[in-house]
Amino acid sequence: MNRRKIALLAVLALLALFPFAGATFYTELVTKVMILAIFALSLDLLVGYTGLVSFGHAAYYGIGAYVLGLMTPKYEAASLWLTLPAAIAVAGLAALAVGIFVVRVKGIYFIMVTLAFAQMFYFLFHDTEIGRGSDGISMNFKPTAEIGGVTPFDLGNATHVYFFVFVILILVFLFLHILLRSPFGRALQGIRSNEHRMRSLGFPVYRYKLASFAIAGALAGLAGYLSAMQFGFVNPELLSWHQSGNVLLMLILGGQGSLIGAVTGAFAFVALQEVYQSVTTHWQLLLGATIIALVIFLPGGLASVAGRFKRKLIGGPENE
Amino acid sequence: MSEAILATRGLSRRFGGLMAVNDVAIELTRGRLHAVLGPNGAGKTTLINLLSGELAASNGSIHYKGEDITRLSPDRRSRIGIGRSFQKTNIFPAFTAFENCRLAAQSREPRVASIASDAAAYPPVREAALRALDAAGLSARAEVVASALSHGEQRQLEIAMVLATAPDVLLLDEPLAGMGAEEAARMVLLLKKITPDHALLLVEHDMDAVFAVADRITVMVNGQVLESGSPEQIRASPAVRQAYLGDSG
Repeated sequence: MNRRKIALLAVLALLALFPFAGATFYTELVTKVMILAIFALSLDLLVGYTGLVSFGHAAYYGIGAYVLGLMTPKYEAASLWLTLPAAIAVAGLAALAVGIFVVRVKGIYFIMVTLAFAQMFYFLFHDTEIGRGSDGISMNFKPTAEIGGVTPFDLGNATHVYFFVFVILILVFLFLHILLRSPFGRALQGIRSNEHRMRSLGFPVYRYKLASFAIAGALAGLAGYLSAMQFGFVNPELLSWHQSGNVLLMLILGGQGSLIGAVTGAFAFVALQEVYQSVTTHWQLLLGATIIALVIFLPGGLASVAGRFKRKLIGGPENE
Repeated sequence: MSEAILATRGLSRRFGGLMAVNDVAIELTRGRLHAVLGPNGAGKTTLINLLSGELAASNGSIHYKGEDITRLSPDRRSRIGIGRSFQKTNIFPAFTAFENCRLAAQSREPRVASIASDAAAYPPVREAALRALDAAGLSARAEVVASALSHGEQRQLEIAMVLATAPDVLLLDEPLAGMGAEEAARMVLLLKKITPDHALLLVEHDMDAVFAVADRITVMVNGQVLESGSPEQIRASPAVRQAYLGDSG
C-alpha cells in the first residue's frame, strides 16, 4: 500500500469518526461541506476532465433541490427512494437539453451561454409561482427513508444525514474514478487535451461532450437534492451565479482535473469562509486575496502539493 | 492501374478572393504513394484539409470507395478509413506515447457502454496501439510522456497515431518536417513499409525523400495542378523545371 492510499484511508477514518465527537454544529457543517464536495466533483468532470468551463453549474444544483421542494407534500414526508432518483433524472435531463445548445460553442462563449441558461432557470424560479417565487419553499417534513415498512435511517437526525451524505460522497467519488478510467472517460480527457486531434481520430466529440455535460448536471442535481434535504428549504439563490462561481472557486482552490482536488477544494473553501467570517465582516476581500495568491503561487491547486513534493524528490517525468 | 479508392473532381476552395485550391482532380490507389509537391502557398495543406474534412469544399466533389463524402464531418471520414497526420505536431502532450496511440485505436471500438471497464486493459485496443508504436519504431518509448519525446519521436508518434486507427487512406502532411537525416531516413523506410497496405497521399518538401518513395507525383502551383505523372515524367517535365525546380532541378 502506498503513502497516498494510507493518507486517503486516514482521512476517510477521520470523517467516519467525526460525528462521534458530539459537536452537532460541526457535524452539520461537515455534512454541508461534503454536499459541496459532491457538487465540486460534478463540475470537475466538466472543467477538469472535459475542458468545459461551465459558469452555470448551479442551475442543475438548484433544479435538484427544487425537485425535492416541489415533490414534498405539505402534511407528510416524501419518499427518499422516489424523490432522490427524480432529482437526479430531472437535473440530468435539464442539463441534456441545455447541453444540446451549449456544447457546440467553445471557450469564453461556452462560459457565457452556460451562465445565460443558468440565469434563465434562476429567473424562472425567482419570477414565477412554480416554486413560490423569491421566497422559495419551506418543507415541513424531511424525506423518509422508509421502504417496505422498514426505516433504515432517519433523515431528521443530523448524524444519520451525515453518514448518508458521507456514503453518497464516496459513491460519487468511486463512480467518477471508474468512469474516468473507462474508454468514455479516457476520450473525455483526450478532448480536454486536444479536441481537434480527437475529432480527426474519429471521435464524435459533440456527443461525448454532451454526455459529460448531462452526467455532470445529474450529479449536481444530486448534490442540490442533498442540500435541500439537509436544510429543509429551497430558494432561487441556490441557482444564482454566485453559487456557480463559488463551486468554480472550490475547483481552483483544490485543483481541477483531480477528484481529490475537488473534495479538498470544497473543504478549503468553507474552512476559509468560516475563519475569515469570524475575523471580519469583509471576509470576501480576504477570501478573494487568498484565491489570487493561490492561483499565482500554486496554479495546480492544493491537490498539486503532494505531486510537487514527489517531483522534487525523484525528478521529472523522464525518470521512471 | 487498379481502381482509385479516393478521388476528387473539380475540387476547389476559396478564401475570399483567393483560390487556395482550384479545380484539383487527384486519385489515390491502394498500394501506391502519391506525393504532392509545390512551393509554399501552393495549396497542399488546404488540399489535405479538404480531403480530411477539416475544411468544406467551395466546389467539386470527393468520392471514397464509390461514395460521395464531400459533406462528411472529419470524425466520420476518420471512422470510414481516411486518416491524416499534421504538419505541426498535433498530439496529446500530457499522455504517454502508448496512451496517445491507445486513444487513437479506441476510436475504432468506442465501447461507450462499458463505463465500468478499465480502458487501458482492453486487449484488442492495447494490441492495436502497441502494433502502431512498433511500426513507427517507438516501442521502446511507449511509457514516455509525449511532451518529453524528441521532436523526431513526436513526428513518429504523429504517424503512429494515424496507423493505430487502421486507416485505408493516409494523408500525411510533411511527416519529415524538422527531422534530422537519420530520423528522415527511418521515416522514409516506414513510408515504404506501409505503402503496400494503404493508399497514401504525401505532402513533402524533401525532394530526395519524395523521389525515393513516390509512385506518382502531382505538382501544384497557386492552387492548381501544374503537372501530374510518374517521378520520371515529373523530373523530365519542362513546365515543372521552370515553375518549381528551377535550373538546379
